[in-house]
Amino acid sequence: MNTLRKLFRTRTNILVGGLIVGLMSLIALFAPFLAPYHPIDDANLMFAQEPPSRQFFFGTDSQGRDILSRIIYGARISLSVGLISQGLNSLIGIILGLTAGFFGRWWDDLVMGLTNIMLSVPSLIFALAIVALLGPGLMNVFMALGFTNWSYSCRITRSQVLSARSLEYVQAARALGYGRFRLMFTQILPNILGPIMVIGTLGVAGAILLEASLSFLGLGVQPPTPSWGSMLSQARDQLFTAPWVSIFPGVAIFLTVLGLNLLGDGLRDALDPYTTRTRR
Amino acid sequence: MLAYAIRRTLQFIPTILGVTLIVFLLLNVLPGNAALTALAESDRGLDPKYVESMKQLWGLDKPLHLRYADYMLKLVQGDLGKSFLRRDPVNRLVVERIGPSLRLAVAAMLIALCLGIPLGFFSALKQGSWLDTASMIGAVSGVSMPQFWLGLLLMYLMAVSLPLLPTSGYGDGSVRHLLLPAFTLGVSYMALLARTTRAAVVEILSADYIRTARAKGLAELFINRKHVLRNALILVLTTAGLQFGALMGNTVVVEKLFSWPGVGSLLVDSIFQRDIPVTQGCVLLLIFSFLIINLAVDILYALIDPRIEYR
Repeated sequence: MNTLRKLFRTRTNILVGGLIVGLMSLIALFAPFLAPYHPIDDANLMFAQEPPSRQFFFGTDSQGRDILSRIIYGARISLSVGLISQGLNSLIGIILGLTAGFFGRWWDDLVMGLTNIMLSVPSLIFALAIVALLGPGLMNVFMALGFTNWSYSCRITRSQVLSARSLEYVQAARALGYGRFRLMFTQILPNILGPIMVIGTLGVAGAILLEASLSFLGLGVQPPTPSWGSMLSQARDQLFTAPWVSIFPGVAIFLTVLGLNLLGDGLRDALDPYTTRTRR
Repeated sequence: MLAYAIRRTLQFIPTILGVTLIVFLLLNVLPGNAALTALAESDRGLDPKYVESMKQLWGLDKPLHLRYADYMLKLVQGDLGKSFLRRDPVNRLVVERIGPSLRLAVAAMLIALCLGIPLGFFSALKQGSWLDTASMIGAVSGVSMPQFWLGLLLMYLMAVSLPLLPTSGYGDGSVRHLLLPAFTLGVSYMALLARTTRAAVVEILSADYIRTARAKGLAELFINRKHVLRNALILVLTTAGLQFGALMGNTVVVEKLFSWPGVGSLLVDSIFQRDIPVTQGCVLLLIFSFLIINLAVDILYALIDPRIEYR
């Protein structure tokens, strides 16, 4: 009974998470067809701070731009930041983790030392330090987030490599005379991708939240580019006059991150044999 | 035990050195050289001789390794340098911000502990009940919610539509001003703690010693209190301790939203003003507090849990 429930829960997590993420991706892809107005050019001060209506479903902001259209275009920014910067993180983490676990010795010590240092710096603080150096802007956000969170992928890759290294299929490949890099990339890596994917999915969620925070602080994606975080950064001053400005971009961030987290959790539960164990 | 604490503290030194080196390199060396850029921007069109003398004044004319030695020497003495902008020692600027930041972080952590642990504990005891489902949905949502958005919503609810609490600011530092930012900051940690507690309790419930306790006829209530809660707390307190460190880092956004005069808002302001020594000081302070809390948690953990060997 419990196993069944667990399976169902895992499935619903993946299903609901996947649905939300898929929907957001479609919105991002087809933004120009879905958005009723242009996110930047259709500013009309005649319609500034209009409440939600049939003409503007989510209302308009202080410059008279349609919030719905800006959210639809904002999906492109959030998802690309999430995917690209987490892609960079995964790449760095996988390469360092694979080589550290495989070669061991001084290289392992060095990589793990660096990983521990990175883990000891809160990621928002590290991202802020990089932005302080590079200045704000979309490209710099990619950089700031792409170099901040690789330590998680690195650690999980390394530990997986360590346990896979002594397994029979790796030994067999070694006996067949496979070279080190062939062994690492064609034998070990494909077999440990599961946990790396889980960390990656959760990492995309984390990167989207971080981008939103940076943009909210005014240090990320700069206006007039429609980013969910930067849309909220002016919302506080309009809380009395136009509360809808604060609501909808946040819903978009929340749903996207929730979808990714559910997907990541579901994948982890599905991949981990221990979680299906019943209690009592 | 003492030996363990000392060894653990010694292991901490390379991490500190690594962190200070990375922060130094980031803010001083990489292309762009933030300090020089700031100088070039603020002194645009000025006499190159003046720029040269400014460089000398701030020690920017020296080679890199000497600057690093200089910076480390001062850091060891607890000197964070001088602000470019205000010519005040960074120490003074930072010190007056620590109090408010700490108040906020401690209050948020207390809210998270007092709500998160009982929530996780009871959901684990009543697995599959409506409480379990609701609190786990709440936990996933709490982790996925951007803090500043939650803050905006709470601000709208509690300060604008029902004017019960002040919207923002430190005010006289009273609890009334503290409540909204602390709750905003605490919610995602509460969610994490609830999840951790639930997982820990579920695991402990299937342990052999719990079955033994049941078999010898102990009352459920007694088992839950004496065996389950105590063992779960060891696990949960570690997470809680580590999260307190991360909390210090995450105060930045909440402080900015609620105009809270803490280290985080000083950090953001200094980035806007390109005041590198202040940025560096805030970053180091936040990272150090995170590291020191982690160290303290590690040592405390060894004290609480008799199963850890102090070798």
